[in-house]
Amino acid sequence: MNGGLAGEQQSSAMQVVMIGLGEEKFALDAGLVREIIDPVPVTQVAGARAFVPSVINVRGNVIPLADLRIRFGMPQLDNSADTRIVVIEIEIDNEPVLVGVTADKVYEVTEISQADVQQTPRVGMHWKPEFIRFIAKWREEFVIVPNMERILN
Amino acid sequence: MSAMDPAEVFRQEASELFEVLEGALLDLGQCPDDRELVDSAFRALHTIKGSGAMFGFDKVASFTHEFETAFDRVRKGEIKPTQELISVALAAKDYIRALIEDPQSTDDIIGEAILDDLKRFVSADKPAAPVVEAPLLSPPESKQAGWHLYLEFDSHILRNGSNPLDLLEDLCKLGPCFVVPVTDGIPFLDEMEPEDCYLKWDVKLHAACTKDAIDDVFMFVQDEMKLTLSPLQRVEALAPVPLFQLSEEEPVIAEMAAPVVEAVAEQPVARAKPQSEAKPETKPEIKREAAPARREDGKQERGIATVRVQAERLDELMDRVGELVIAQARLTQLAASGSDLSIKMIAEEIERLASSLRDTTMGARMVPIGSLFGRFRRLVHDLSRDLSKPVEFVTSGEDTELDKTMIECLADPLVHLIRNAIDHGIEDTATRAANGKTDQGRIELAAVHSGAQVLVTVKDNGGGLNTARIRAKAEEQGLIAAGAVLTDHEIHQFLFHPGFSTAQTISALSGRGVGMDVVKRTIENMRGSIDLSTRPGQGTTVTLRLPLTLAIIEGLLIRVGEGRYIIPLSAVEECVELTAEDERSRGRNFLNVRGNLVPFLRLRELMAASGAPDQHQKTIIISTGETRVGLVADQIIGNHQTVIKSLSKLHSDVTIFSGATILGDGTAALILDVAQLVSLAQSKFEKQHINEAA
Repeated sequence: MNGGLAGEQQSSAMQVVMIGLGEEKFALDAGLVREIIDPVPVTQVAGARAFVPSVINVRGNVIPLADLRIRFGMPQLDNSADTRIVVIEIEIDNEPVLVGVTADKVYEVTEISQADVQQTPRVGMHWKPEFIRFIAKWREEFVIVPNMERILN
Repeated sequence: MSAMDPAEVFRQEASELFEVLEGALLDLGQCPDDRELVDSAFRALHTIKGSGAMFGFDKVASFTHEFETAFDRVRKGEIKPTQELISVALAAKDYIRALIEDPQSTDDIIGEAILDDLKRFVSADKPAAPVVEAPLLSPPESKQAGWHLYLEFDSHILRNGSNPLDLLEDLCKLGPCFVVPVTDGIPFLDEMEPEDCYLKWDVKLHAACTKDAIDDVFMFVQDEMKLTLSPLQRVEALAPVPLFQLSEEEPVIAEMAAPVVEAVAEQPVARAKPQSEAKPETKPEIKREAAPARREDGKQERGIATVRVQAERLDELMDRVGELVIAQARLTQLAASGSDLSIKMIAEEIERLASSLRDTTMGARMVPIGSLFGRFRRLVHDLSRDLSKPVEFVTSGEDTELDKTMIECLADPLVHLIRNAIDHGIEDTATRAANGKTDQGRIELAAVHSGAQVLVTVKDNGGGLNTARIRAKAEEQGLIAAGAVLTDHEIHQFLFHPGFSTAQTISALSGRGVGMDVVKRTIENMRGSIDLSTRPGQGTTVTLRLPLTLAIIEGLLIRVGEGRYIIPLSAVEECVELTAEDERSRGRNFLNVRGNLVPFLRLRELMAASGAPDQHQKTIIISTGETRVGLVADQIIGNHQTVIKSLSKLHSDVTIFSGATILGDGTAALILDVAQLVSLAQSKFEKQHINEAA
């Protein structure tokens, strides 16, 4: 992940990490992603909001583990050999916060070009439109570029 | 890394000296006769002048010099430090601070005005007749040909960078000196420490200078040396007489010069104080009467060697210790699961070391809260003058220690609270008189340990909160419906509402309604809480409850269902088994502990634990202050050194946990927030009571 390169090509292309959640593919902005780790034991936090049900230990830091599947109303699958945790850094109240995101599968780091960007359709979607930055096309498939700040706030 | 900007070093040092100076000046306002205070103020000034010149702050040096000259007359006891003089001296101090911190923004004219004021005060009330002490301070010079000095330095003086030879050179500048080194302290070569100073000096100074001039030469090393000083008469003295001794315990300049044997009949003796008059031959060793206890403490602290460490390094050290503690927990767990005895021994050894290393590191971060309290004395002094409300400011518990980060965070909230207390709390003199109170208001600032918490209280004896007015204001702002039933306590909570102010007029100090909400937020960010209590006509008390530390605590590790949790050990009173009888009383959530009813919470319900509960449920009794509450868990695992990691913003809505930690197996465990659990249990308990009563 070359941050500088991603920055230069911001205008035309965007580096993303392609992850799978249920049947859908999501493209996370590579600039947000800090690391991708194997599943670790989770600690449930009683009374927390449903989409951040637990915390995990990542290199000595206790960080929240978010479940996007709950936010998008998808069924939760049990961990499989493909399950990974993508650690991303987002801003909440102007402070950087590390958050783990469970992914059923991590495909690859790739580029999607601005030309492929589609407007988020207002109808025919059962997801809240504010959770989605835009929808892009990748290898003849539609992928969702989620708005992580919105989803986690 | 260690190459610090020398000017920065000076700034740091100066800021400490300013605190000393300010404290001494303010104290002097209370007890103008305390010579010790005058001396300590003078010493601070002198050091600022000296170091200022050394680091190129020439303006500071020259201004301080003028200040010092004016203040010298106070030191000589020629004039009394009046309140007005102290106000000017404080202004002068502020000006020097400004010169050091932000030289661009200062104006020479202000400095000159301050100096003029200072000189005016100092010269205005020149006493008609010299004060009795004055001639004693500088014995009649005409009669003496100089001084006989015997210098004995502490052996480690060279390590502190002082060079006795330089001091001797300075001494020579006062007049012709006859210096004889005394070599009898030099040990054999093989016992000699190359860095120690073994020489002593016998000096005859043939100059009619004052004793103060000699003291000034040794001002910076007076704690590390023994100076024996006697006036040199025309007839040589037989032996040096220890007139005053400067030592660790009593580094105080004696006020009187006692005569040498030949001089017994001379005039100074006649004027000397009774005790030396009674037995002048017994080498009178004059010590000042015991200073107030508080000062004594200060003296002792100075004796202890201290090292200046950058705050970031302490933070780094704490982080490393945190990581070590976590690694040690893993080792202990690994050792416990194996059967290798020697590994177990090492694990235990490391556990012991890690725990003492943790305590030491935390200790290094602890700062007495007194350093913070000192700052507010000036605030109270200025506010009370500006508002013409005489206020007595009383502090207690200055030696209560808190983590340094917390001390820093506490400064702003306390400023708000003290301002509020003086501006809103204390009534004006007329109102006080009408209510039969003394003219002088009283603000008490206190810190005290209470279990795992430190309580900091700001208490005034003013008019108390006006509940009706707060309520009216809350209704006006639409925060509550008119006629809603609220307890006084609930109404007072509106004070913490952003933008809420009941002050009729907006003063320069307060009334804009910005403050109390900030105070509350700051305290809550420190995992503390804030309480208000008020009695109409008698005053208001604001209590801040703060955790002792932010970094590592001793915890009790428990298991509830599959999950493991930490309870801060300092809150745990005892652990009891939940009896079958308690177990049966499903509906009634309190148990009987030696005759006392203690409400309890079932953690399994709270944590929505899955799986079957353990057959023998354990109850951990926790307490905050007076209140005791039981927590029912499946298993008590044991002690755990808990490195506190804060929970992220995503979990800021979860109140029953105060943080998280990492266990030996690398999983995260949550730390229970005792105060929250107790209030939760209390409210449940009370509801139940109401239901039962109904």
